[in-house]
Amino acid sequence: MPTDLNLRGLRVAITGGTSGLGLALVRLLVVRGARVAFVARTAATVERIADETAACGIVGDVGRKDDIYPIALQVTGNLGGLDALINSASTLGPTPLAPLADTESEELEQALMVNLVGPFRLTKALFGALAASAREGRGSVVINISSDAAVNAYSGWGAYGSSKAALHHLTAIWAEEAKAAGIAFLSPDPGDMDTPLHAQAVPDADTTTLRRPEDAAAEIVEALLAALPSQAAGPLAVQP
Amino acid sequence: MIGAKRLDRRSAKLLTIDADGGMRHLPRTALASLFSPGDLVIANDAATLPASVQGIHCTSGEPIEVRLAAWVSIRDPMRFAAIAFGAGDYRSRTEDRMPPPSVAPGDRLTLGPLVAIVERPLADPRLFRLRFLGDRATVLAGLARHGRPIQYAHVPEPLVLRDVWTRIAANPIAFEPPSAGFALDWHTQAVWRRRGIGFATLTHAAGISSTGDPVLDLRLPFDEPYRIPEHTAAAITRAKSNARCIIAIGTTVVRALESAANADGSVRAGDGLASGRIARETRLRVVDAILTGVHQPGESHFELLRAFANDALLDQLSPAFDQHGYRPHEFGDSMLIERGCRLTPSPTSAQPRVSIPAPYQSKGGSDRLF
Repeated sequence: MPTDLNLRGLRVAITGGTSGLGLALVRLLVVRGARVAFVARTAATVERIADETAACGIVGDVGRKDDIYPIALQVTGNLGGLDALINSASTLGPTPLAPLADTESEELEQALMVNLVGPFRLTKALFGALAASAREGRGSVVINISSDAAVNAYSGWGAYGSSKAALHHLTAIWAEEAKAAGIAFLSPDPGDMDTPLHAQAVPDADTTTLRRPEDAAAEIVEALLAALPSQAAGPLAVQP
Repeated sequence: MIGAKRLDRRSAKLLTIDADGGMRHLPRTALASLFSPGDLVIANDAATLPASVQGIHCTSGEPIEVRLAAWVSIRDPMRFAAIAFGAGDYRSRTEDRMPPPSVAPGDRLTLGPLVAIVERPLADPRLFRLRFLGDRATVLAGLARHGRPIQYAHVPEPLVLRDVWTRIAANPIAFEPPSAGFALDWHTQAVWRRRGIGFATLTHAAGISSTGDPVLDLRLPFDEPYRIPEHTAAAITRAKSNARCIIAIGTTVVRALESAANADGSVRAGDGLASGRIARETRLRVVDAILTGVHQPGESHFELLRAFANDALLDQLSPAFDQHGYRPHEFGDSMLIERGCRLTPSPTSAQPRVSIPAPYQSKGGSDRLF
């Protein structure tokens, strides 16, 4: 794992930060010197990961409308602003995976709330902070974690795949709209990873064929840095 | 749902008053088409804290509402100047609330998941300094869960945090929303950008606007910390050197800019503390126009307008509001008042300004307020 401190001062919020890719991102960003706040639903787990990483843990459910602004308050209040938001929290919909004809509409709704509407709401609540960072010349970026299920039609992945497809397109449109304000939007596909979510979806998968979430996290951090103005322009050299 | 609490942004109205007293009634969406290339709009991007916290005064066992009203020091997020209210809630007008239990130094308050200690009284029996126990993350988590935005008796439904954050809200350091900013949306900013109209922000910790206690209200506004970014100060210098207009979105922006003003109309970047009131005798050095809510004579926000326009002009406002059905308060319609500066494209841009002595006061140095 790289141990350089080249992210010093970068303020990053990550949802789904206690599991899978989100947890790998929290660990990697902290090691590389970023100031990190992460969000997850379970208080005890949040506390454990906060103790382990020294990142700021926030208890909240991005699928619940009433949690969004309280989360945003704690993100900006603790970090003193925000340079990057990574929406990583995801839910599969029905588990075991089910064909759409067997999927309850409540299960589809829940997948949309967590995977699409939650990132929309949280990004909107934090848009002012992201725009403020961009005005300061630090740039800012929103990363919505996508999936190849957003573009390929896999049987059984209806709720998840359609929510990720919508998130992918939401990201593309927001990227166009926010360009002039200096906020970049990305929706990378991290590939099939050895995570609790994947195990829930495909319990008998051969995990040796899956990516390590740490490797995917490293790629995403590189994409994040590439989306920000160069170091010379100031963002990462600034210590708030 | 939102409509009941907050005016539909698309139906909001805007009254513009030019330096000669000319009035125009516009839909507020027309903001996007006002101003001229090179003009600079400045807004307050402070987000609002859930500053009203219900709990128990442990010494007496009585219920207490604590309203965080000001920072003791912006660098110390655990300490606040606070105002105590007794039993009751926002449904009673502030003026009609039960008196709070009397608090003494060392008293403990349990406020939902938070615990606070009364440090010392401040100038009024209901005003005191408190310190929350715990670190910044604990206090923010407690406020996020248990605190509510300061409520208004004229808004029937309880306000939640999303109702009081403007579209541009960034750092949560305000105690009440910088409400003129509700008029701003991202579409308007995009149109301004295309038209060559500048947009910049500062962050000003808007304090409590009213306590319902006339004696205590005389002390308002409390001193308010602000931060003016370098690029905002630079944009002001550019606009001023080109004789363009500076348009302040809200009274907090006026306070911050005039507090940081140099004699030549430029401003000092960085942290500062705005103190005192802007009033009739204040000589404005930076701001040429203000966008604000619909206020009535006697309200502090209205009295600030006397620095922008004379009494004869301001006297015409109330009848105009009544006649055209303008909605008052934080979530209502807007008005734009210029002083000696044309807001619509016009060949004569910068006009001479009325010069009145007594520059606005500011405190430098210490960041300790209470």
